Amino acid sequence: MQPSRIADLPRSRSALRVGLPAKAGIGLKPQHFQEVLATRPELGFFEVHAENYMVDGGPLHHWLGRIREHYPLSLHGVGLSLGAEVPPDEAHLDRLARLIDRYQPASFSEHLAWSTHGDVFLNDLLPVAYDSETFARVCRHVDRVQERLGLRMLLENPSTYVEFERSTMDEATFLAEVVQRTGCGLLLDVTNAHVSCTNHGRDVRAYLDALPLEAVGEIHLAGYAEDTDAAGDPLLIDHHGSAVAEIVWGLYENVIDRIGARPTLLERDNDVPSFGTLKAEALQAQALLAARGPGCLHRVRSHL
Amino acid sequence: MSIRLPSTVPSQATFAAALLDPLAPCPPGLRAWNGSDPLRRLAVYRNNVVSSLIDALADTYPVTQQLVGSEFFRAMASVFVRHQPPESRILAHYGAALPAFVAGFAPAAPLPFLPDVARLEFARLRALHAGEAEPISEAALTRALADPPALARSHLVWHPSLAVIESPHAVVSLWAAHQTEGEITPVEIDCAEQAIVLREGLDVLVLPVDPGTACFTARTLAGEAFSNAAEAATAIDASFDLGAALSLLLQRRALLELRIHAGPALG
Repeated sequence: MQPSRIADLPRSRSALRVGLPAKAGIGLKPQHFQEVLATRPELGFFEVHAENYMVDGGPLHHWLGRIREHYPLSLHGVGLSLGAEVPPDEAHLDRLARLIDRYQPASFSEHLAWSTHGDVFLNDLLPVAYDSETFARVCRHVDRVQERLGLRMLLENPSTYVEFERSTMDEATFLAEVVQRTGCGLLLDVTNAHVSCTNHGRDVRAYLDALPLEAVGEIHLAGYAEDTDAAGDPLLIDHHGSAVAEIVWGLYENVIDRIGARPTLLERDNDVPSFGTLKAEALQAQALLAARGPGCLHRVRSHL
Repeated sequence: MSIRLPSTVPSQATFAAALLDPLAPCPPGLRAWNGSDPLRRLAVYRNNVVSSLIDALADTYPVTQQLVGSEFFRAMASVFVRHQPPESRILAHYGAALPAFVAGFAPAAPLPFLPDVARLEFARLRALHAGEAEPISEAALTRALADPPALARSHLVWHPSLAVIESPHAVVSLWAAHQTEGEITPVEIDCAEQAIVLREGLDVLVLPVDPGTACFTARTLAGEAFSNAAEAATAIDASFDLGAALSLLLQRRALLELRIHAGPALG
């Protein structure tokens, strides 16, 4: 299989070439549109879920367009279903391409997961087996996305709750191989790393060590909920509905100590609090980033 | 490259089916590091899928939910979600089929107005996300009005956000009563009501209208010629005032074009 020739891709999209700034950003919510424009908080970027903006017109496009005039944008997909048994849907790629043309995001990211089967959209990020067959398939799908959209995408590590008997490699190895094969970058969700490692009895520091951290183009931080499995062991659930846990802040500091400041998103999709609360959390990340400096960010940029 | 049928064990078909069927057994091939029953873990995915889709419906249908209460709504929505999961990755399009489902949902039968309340709410969601469009220009309007025979044959092109709600129940008043905080004004539910739903600028409007205006707008929206729609409106509502109806819709910038086809209308 031929890796994508990222270097040969069109260079017309200046925002994508520059990338997101190595600062803290917030997931943009409609209830905060007007406050963002009225107060213009000092944030590095905003991120939106691509599928929420796949509508013809109306206030979502109106406000996003205005906010985009003042901030870099990260376009985060939740419906491409890269891990599905069938190739990425071409009509969906067309919709993504139109959004990218319209809003000129500085980054496009998606998940190592599937969310569609046949005609059905399941609206969740579902797990894949980590074996050679899935690896080849995911690489083909990432190649197609990068070719169609003309960009280097970031692939996000998932939160998972089950594992597959047929898996032959661990998740970090799988991701590292996909990055190497396709030239995509990593969206390192530190919360997902903690959630998945806890749920599968693994050492999160070893997991992070096994990832190609130099390929991290963005970091996600979010809250999780705590439950237990059938044996009474902890089962953490990624719900994006609360503040970032102390243990995740610790892992985050450890990561940016090693690789320097990276664009960092505070994700909150459920029980969304006031904008002020989100901003305070982002500023907490910003202070940690400012203390590190740019680190080895050039190693990421050199891929572009 | 050798051709292999893509599959994960369990296949994604088995996994997907198990997510939507709470009674399905755990798909084969799953494991947990501590040897615990993976069904408990699969339940996290089951819950994510169904609850997130119910939440999406609750966002689209807030008044429908208020009328039956959250517990009833979520139970009804969970049946709907399992029978008619989304076919689009764009959740703004999900739930168009809920009003028809509610109409056939036996436990909701004591509230016969509920499907029309839901239709009104979905029309509002569609209007919110509809495309932008420029209204007809003064000049084009003046030209069309100056040629009555051509106008009679013309087809009206409406703003993509426009929808007509016609109900044997007072669903427009009922919906409006739920838009303000505090005590809800009692509504005489057995009165027929009609409304035009459309977006003007960034705002979605629900305009109560008389039966003739609703009929005229609905018929032209369905593609009937101007004069046929006006005659149908007068037939059901002798007091129908075509001038007032047009003036309301023009004032709301809802009319985009009067499309006049060459030659006499066929049939």
